[in-house]
Amino acid sequence: MTAVAEPAVPPGRRARRLPSVEALAGYALAAPAFLLIVVILLAPAAGVFAIALSDWQFGATTLTIVGLDNFEALFRDEVFQKSFVNTLTYAAVVVPATVALGLVVALLIHSAPSLSGLYRTAHFLPVMATLAAMAIAWEALLHPTIGLINQTLEALALPTANWLRDEGAVLMTLALIGIWQNFGLAMVLFIAGLTGIPTELYDAADVDGADGWFERHRLITLPMLGPVTMFVVIVIALRAFEVFDTVAILTQGGPQNASQVMLYTLYVESFEFLRTGYGAAVTVCFLVIVVSLTLLQARVMDRRVHYT
Amino acid sequence: MSDLVLQDVRKAFGDTPVLRGVDLDVRDGEFLSVVGPSGCGKSTLLRIVAGLEVQDSGSVSIGGRVVDDLRPKRRDVAMVFQSYALYPHMTVFENLALPLVMRRLHAVERLPVLGRFVGHSGRKRGEIAAEVRAVAKVLELDALLDRKPSQLSGGQRQRVAVGRAMVRRPKVFLMDEPLSNLDAKLRVQMRTEIAELHRRLGVTFIYVTHDQTEAMTMSDRVAVMMDGALLQVDRPRRIYADPLDRRVAEFIGSPKINCLPGQVVAGGSVDVAGTSFAVPARLEPGAGVTIAIRPEALAFTDRPEAGVLSGNIRLTEHMGAEVYVHVDVPGLSHPLVVRPQLPLRQSLERGQCVHLAPSVGSILLFDERARRIAAKPAEVMAMPTRARR
Repeated sequence: MTAVAEPAVPPGRRARRLPSVEALAGYALAAPAFLLIVVILLAPAAGVFAIALSDWQFGATTLTIVGLDNFEALFRDEVFQKSFVNTLTYAAVVVPATVALGLVVALLIHSAPSLSGLYRTAHFLPVMATLAAMAIAWEALLHPTIGLINQTLEALALPTANWLRDEGAVLMTLALIGIWQNFGLAMVLFIAGLTGIPTELYDAADVDGADGWFERHRLITLPMLGPVTMFVVIVIALRAFEVFDTVAILTQGGPQNASQVMLYTLYVESFEFLRTGYGAAVTVCFLVIVVSLTLLQARVMDRRVHYT
Repeated sequence: MSDLVLQDVRKAFGDTPVLRGVDLDVRDGEFLSVVGPSGCGKSTLLRIVAGLEVQDSGSVSIGGRVVDDLRPKRRDVAMVFQSYALYPHMTVFENLALPLVMRRLHAVERLPVLGRFVGHSGRKRGEIAAEVRAVAKVLELDALLDRKPSQLSGGQRQRVAVGRAMVRRPKVFLMDEPLSNLDAKLRVQMRTEIAELHRRLGVTFIYVTHDQTEAMTMSDRVAVMMDGALLQVDRPRRIYADPLDRRVAEFIGSPKINCLPGQVVAGGSVDVAGTSFAVPARLEPGAGVTIAIRPEALAFTDRPEAGVLSGNIRLTEHMGAEVYVHVDVPGLSHPLVVRPQLPLRQSLERGQCVHLAPSVGSILLFDERARRIAAKPAEVMAMPTRARR
């Protein structure tokens, strides 16, 4: 009986039966990492949550605990609602487009080795560049009268727009900049993933009759890129939720809050209006959304990913 | 008729020639092994037959039809890869069914959900499922059809790979070192199973391996390949007993054949390590030759006479059913390896002096360019040049 029951003991129970010296050594070895996690992540997060329950203003010497009042106000706040919807919309455009573009460019570069180093670098540059500086370059390009984009569109007799001042266009314009900035990262990760696919699989597909472009990718490339895709989607989603620089430099959330995003709202409330307690409430919401989305993604995609 | 014919197939990767003009004729239903050391071009040859690689010149024809311009799927060949190359995200059933699905269903019929309602998709899928189950039964995979490759053992994956090749009923089976990823025990078992499978299917098998045991045990004929050329294509027994090239003699047989450098002293006699062997072949005096003797063709003798090699025992390897004795012979750079008949009539101590006589007709003679000199082993005989008594 015992022999059968033995493997059923969960690892946690076994750890408790370890001699205490070994257990202590284990805790001692884990302690530095645990301490760092507490100091860098857990304590600040708890601090933010505590501030969110108060009406503290930055620099003030007194504060009152107001409970969940900040959160109540937050959910009624139209600016916050707008920034919440805008952030989701932004991510909903940027994530699929970035992943798709990154994959297509990676496939193109991977299929033709000539000049691949050059293309790789060229496409990866926006990831490395300082976005603040790049945003100013974009501002020049998007200028309503003398910007290159509108002038080109005019020359081609296509409709133009005031890209950063038009309520309907501004979020999509920012999303395009976001795609431009991020797809290089997705591309580099996909290229790494493509390099890891055994060529014998493509040979097998050739012999089995799946030798068309579409079939090869459907049968081998995409499934084999599963783990990489999961990673890319999470990384790009996090970067999309964190959109801030372009908004702060190009639009300041305007016009009419059409480009308000969560991180920018957080910044304005905390550091311009100095309503630190309220800003902390925004931060808590932001954290909850980002963490839960990440967990959801990891769980959903993990089921459909095939590790070999 | 699915004779497979290769004519003067050449291939180079950049400046490196990989195949230097290969001619090969494989009969319908034959099991042919291509054996050679790694890097000799045997896998490239197989990939050219499959159509995965295009030869620089020469032609390949299958069943009397030149297939040089045909893509792999049109050549009616199936291939089993060294790494099995199973599709990791598909179940065993889907892996087995794929070649049939790709062949019999149109692009529209293959669509995930919609495809089931188009044309005769339902009936075709039913037929495919029945054939897959039949193959799975033959290979004893019935219980594993719903598993993913990652949930299978090495031997089971290997069987799925064979099944995926079988299910299409191809004219030619190509196997690229299919057993080299298995452990020794399983390899012996699968060797028997593949040979059995060949007997049952009766189609042409081309089996690439670096393992001479696999080649010798399973094949109707063995093709020994080295440096991009086929040195000899023959039945296993003849490859062993009657090698046409010194490299073939050295590659086939374990332990390795003993190659002794010798020099022709007079028309009918070769001097090796201080003793002389009489050979009936007409040889140029002064020419360098190699005398090759299989380990089992050497026997212990009491009489140190001409044609007998003497030396001291360096090492004795007991293998259970057989014994390998390594003997240092003065004048030879490598020890002679002897596989004496058991039971032994004498003790074999290290350092002990022994005399070794090759059995009559067992000596193989090769010229300086590694080619066999006498066509038949019987023409070279180990005879004392002078009778002592």
